[in-house]
Amino acid sequence: MKYIKEFRDGKLAQKLALAIRQEADPDRHYHLMEFCGGHTHAIFRYGVQDLVPQNVEYVHGPGCPVCVLPVRRLDDAIELALKSNVILTTYGDMMRVPGTKQKSLIRAKAEGADIRMVYSTQDALRIARENPQRQVVFFAIGFETTTPPTAVAILQAKAEGLKNFSVFCNHVLTPPAIAHIVNAPAEPGEQPVKIDGFLGPSHVSSVIGWAPYQPAARDFRKPVVIAGFEPLDVMQSTLMLIRQINEGRHEVENQYTRVVTKEGNRKAQRLVDDVLELRRTFEWRGLGYVPDSALKIREAYVDFDAEERFALSPKESREVKSCECPAILRGVKKPTECKLFGTVCTPDNPMGACMVSSEGACAAYWTYGRKREAMAAAKGAAA
Amino acid sequence: MTHGGGGRAMSVLIEDLFHRHLKNTILDQGHDAAVLEVPPGRLVMSTDAHVISPLFFPGGDIGSLSVHGTLNDVAMAGARPVSLTASFILEEGFPLADLERIVISMARAAREAGVPVVSGDTKVVEKGKGDGVFITTTGVGVLPEGVSISPAAAKPGQAVLLSGTIGDHGVAILSKRENLTFETEIQSDSAALHGLVGSMVDAVPGISVLRDPTRGGLATALNEIAHASKVGVMLDEGEIPVRPDVEGACELLGLDPLYVANEGKLICICDASDADRLLEIMKAHPLGQNAAKIGEIVEDADCMVVMKTGFGGSRVVDWLSGEQLPRIC
Repeated sequence: MKYIKEFRDGKLAQKLALAIRQEADPDRHYHLMEFCGGHTHAIFRYGVQDLVPQNVEYVHGPGCPVCVLPVRRLDDAIELALKSNVILTTYGDMMRVPGTKQKSLIRAKAEGADIRMVYSTQDALRIARENPQRQVVFFAIGFETTTPPTAVAILQAKAEGLKNFSVFCNHVLTPPAIAHIVNAPAEPGEQPVKIDGFLGPSHVSSVIGWAPYQPAARDFRKPVVIAGFEPLDVMQSTLMLIRQINEGRHEVENQYTRVVTKEGNRKAQRLVDDVLELRRTFEWRGLGYVPDSALKIREAYVDFDAEERFALSPKESREVKSCECPAILRGVKKPTECKLFGTVCTPDNPMGACMVSSEGACAAYWTYGRKREAMAAAKGAAA
Repeated sequence: MTHGGGGRAMSVLIEDLFHRHLKNTILDQGHDAAVLEVPPGRLVMSTDAHVISPLFFPGGDIGSLSVHGTLNDVAMAGARPVSLTASFILEEGFPLADLERIVISMARAAREAGVPVVSGDTKVVEKGKGDGVFITTTGVGVLPEGVSISPAAAKPGQAVLLSGTIGDHGVAILSKRENLTFETEIQSDSAALHGLVGSMVDAVPGISVLRDPTRGGLATALNEIAHASKVGVMLDEGEIPVRPDVEGACELLGLDPLYVANEGKLICICDASDADRLLEIMKAHPLGQNAAKIGEIVEDADCMVVMKTGFGGSRVVDWLSGEQLPRIC
């Protein structure tokens, strides 16, 4: 396919690998956090880590919208679907994420809750139009990429006078999360996360532009390269980060120039700003409460706010004991350092969101990494 | 509900709809059971329930699919199908015009395949207790002497052949189910494969494994074969045929064509020395024109399917957990 294979060209990859080997200083270790799960999967799926030297290490970050949603919010969605007799609509990735006591939306569906997977907010609106006698809630999650369609759905619902449509808003923002990861003190018993630079979000940046990462890069002296999701994008961005680190620079650079501009998509930003506003604080799985890191529905559109329309009861939410998803999302542990990984916790029986989501680090390790580890172990035994 | 009550309305439905379109000498006898003349050989039998949404899709519908799906299951044992039975579960209120369209399509598929529907059954369930129509078909076939095909028969060193492009059926269904429109309409590959299998088995009776990669796609079928045969599979990404429009749709939706369903493709595992000859035969058949050798069977105690990527690395092609779901952003 035009413009797909071009970004997966093995010969170009070899050239970039050579450039990275030549420029990476063998006497230093480069800790590069890929913020997005899309990067994590590209790295594993195409074997990018095989092509870079060992002292260039990818640290997996919190950039998976499914993974960072705290269990309490998921429990709320499950309760909404089970107790309020609503039609709950959601993106597919959320369906299998375990909440408290391993309950997921897919299990709630099996118990009789009306939960429907949608591909867009337009599908959720259609369901509302087709079921005027039922309340339809869109379970909105995601970073800045998926926020504009949520805003548009609310505007459309208002324009049409839809009385049975509302949004359970869980949209979160990337720049505060990046700042929080660098700035937050280490948890008790954990080593502080080591990060020398960031592979910055790509699809997110197509909406907000690359300028919003400048304060974090400047204040924390960490270079950020906005990186596309194709494997050649990841390799080129790696090279750009290594150059910045070697030269002592800490700027925001844009590798993903074919999509991302400094200002981003102004129209999308205006739409979001019209309908949504900053929450003073919001809980992220793994990061805890992060100030100014999420969005809620503005007062003018309160009729479409599911949190206002439905009374959700406070509950004792908790994650599976020993699940290391929070530490993995902070970049301080690798999936293989979790006691549950590959034993109790597999994609067929996930204990945490990182094993479920198509953008989760544990899912990437499990799906693509097992054979590599087995081969490495066999090589080690032979040696 | 009257059409399922066993009275006059049901009799009219059966005579006016099913018998009229599916007409053949055995069905016309009106027995509850069909009496078949069976040629010498071992019998192969398979049954398959068909539930699909939407019922009508580009390149087919539940009627033709219910014929093709079961004939292919019989054919994947290397057998020549001889007859089919069909059971319909209809939801009350399902439009008769749609049912007739489905039965006509089923009759055409059976006629083109040369395999009659010789017996059947109809039940009607209350509104809300079905999904329009469910069709279960059972196929009977005869296995020629000297043919022994089994998913557990793959051996290291053998070649893995594929009869054509992957993912066409799944993307065609998805494009209608989710109202996703693409510039070109992607047609399902739904087809009966026993003709193709017949010419392959005639030429190389020693084929080890045949499998149609339906739900779960090529990746799931190969994982099943690897585990049944206790071997590994090494695929070559560059050799796996994928239509550009299917590849584009999958990219857009964040799906991997390796896991997308097919209804008119087969995997063949054979000795490496037979691979070129079989490929020639496959390419000469209309349903195998894009056939390719996509990999080989290797020794692997972990029974993994691994793929050499065009990027120069390798990746595991794992089982799918649950359904393949599109990514969020």
